Amino acid sequence: MHEHDDHDHNHNHGHPHAHPPAQKDHDAGPMGAYEVLEEALRSLLIEKGILSAEAIAAAIDLMDSRTPALGAKVVARAWTDATFKRHLLKDTRAALLECGIDIGTIAEFATVENTPEVHNVIVCTLCSCYPKMLLGTPPAWYKSLAYRSRTVVDPRGVLSEFGVELPPQVEVRVHDSTADLRYLVLPMRPKATRGWNEEQLAAIITRDCMIGTALPKVAPKAPAARAG
Amino acid sequence: MVSDVGSAPRPGRKQAPRFVAGERVQVAARPVLGHCRTPWYVRGKRGIVIAVHGRFRDPERLAYHRPGLPAQILYKVRFQQREVWPSYRGSNADQIEVDIHEHWLEPTR
Repeated sequence: MHEHDDHDHNHNHGHPHAHPPAQKDHDAGPMGAYEVLEEALRSLLIEKGILSAEAIAAAIDLMDSRTPALGAKVVARAWTDATFKRHLLKDTRAALLECGIDIGTIAEFATVENTPEVHNVIVCTLCSCYPKMLLGTPPAWYKSLAYRSRTVVDPRGVLSEFGVELPPQVEVRVHDSTADLRYLVLPMRPKATRGWNEEQLAAIITRDCMIGTALPKVAPKAPAARAG
Repeated sequence: MVSDVGSAPRPGRKQAPRFVAGERVQVAARPVLGHCRTPWYVRGKRGIVIAVHGRFRDPERLAYHRPGLPAQILYKVRFQQREVWPSYRGSNADQIEVDIHEHWLEPTR
C-alpha cells in the first residue's frame, strides 16, 4: 500500500515517498551448495528413470494434503468412540488406516494420552521429527533450537510461554522423538463439550493441542448451543 | 519396523529383546563420533523400560549408507527429570521419555 491516495500514482513524479520493502523472491541470488546438490541429484534420478518429475510432484502433493485438520478428525473420533480410542492408543497405524489415513512406511506412530494426572508434550531434540503424515509440515518454532533444547530441560517454562500453566500435581511427560517413532498427543476433551458432534469437536482441536503445547479451548459463545 | 529386509543382507537369527517393560536400565556413557540417536543428556542416566517398540534398522549404520543391520531393538525408556537434570525446576514427578536402541542400554543393579 502506498501512503498517498490524493494523486495518480506513477513513479516519475519526482518526490520521495515510502514504499514497503519489496519481498525478496525466494529463488533470487546464487544457489547454495545444497540447492545445487539437490537439483543435480533430482535431475540425475529423473534422467536415469529412477524417479519421474510427476512422481516427485505427487509426493509433494501428498505431503501438502496432510494438515492438522486430519489429526483433529482422528482426535474427535477418539473423543466420541471409546473402542476407536483404545485402538488408537494400542496400534496407531492400524487405527489411522481404519480412518482411511495411510501413514506410509517411513516411520511408526504412537499416541500418548493426556489425563488429569499426566500432560504429554512432544519434541525432537536431535532434528525436527514430527508426525508429518498426520499433521502436515511442522511449524517453524518446532524446528527452532530454542524449542528443541528448552523443552527437555524446562518443559513447564516452555509450556507457560505457550499459555499453558499446569498445576504442580499434573505430571509433565516430555517425549523426545529420537528414533523411528512419531508421537501424537491425544488431548483431554473439555467437559464443556458434552453433546458436541465430531465436527464441532474437531474445530477446537488445534495443531498445538496435538503437539502438547496447547489445551483445547471452548470459546465463550460455544457452538454447543446449536443443534448437533 | 523391520519385518523383511528385501534384497538387503539377511539380518541373521532374530535376537529376543534383552530387556522387558518395567526393567531398570542405564544408558551407556560412552562418547560417540558421527551419527547417533542417543541424546547426550541421557547418557549415563538410569531409567525404566516402558515399551519395547520392536526391531529397527540401526541409524548409526544407516547414516553411512549401510543397510543398518543387524537391526536393533528399540525401547521407550522413561527417566525422572530430576535424574536427568539435577537442577530441574518443576515437579518431582515430571518425566522424560526417550526412544533408545538396545546397544546403548545396560542392565542396572
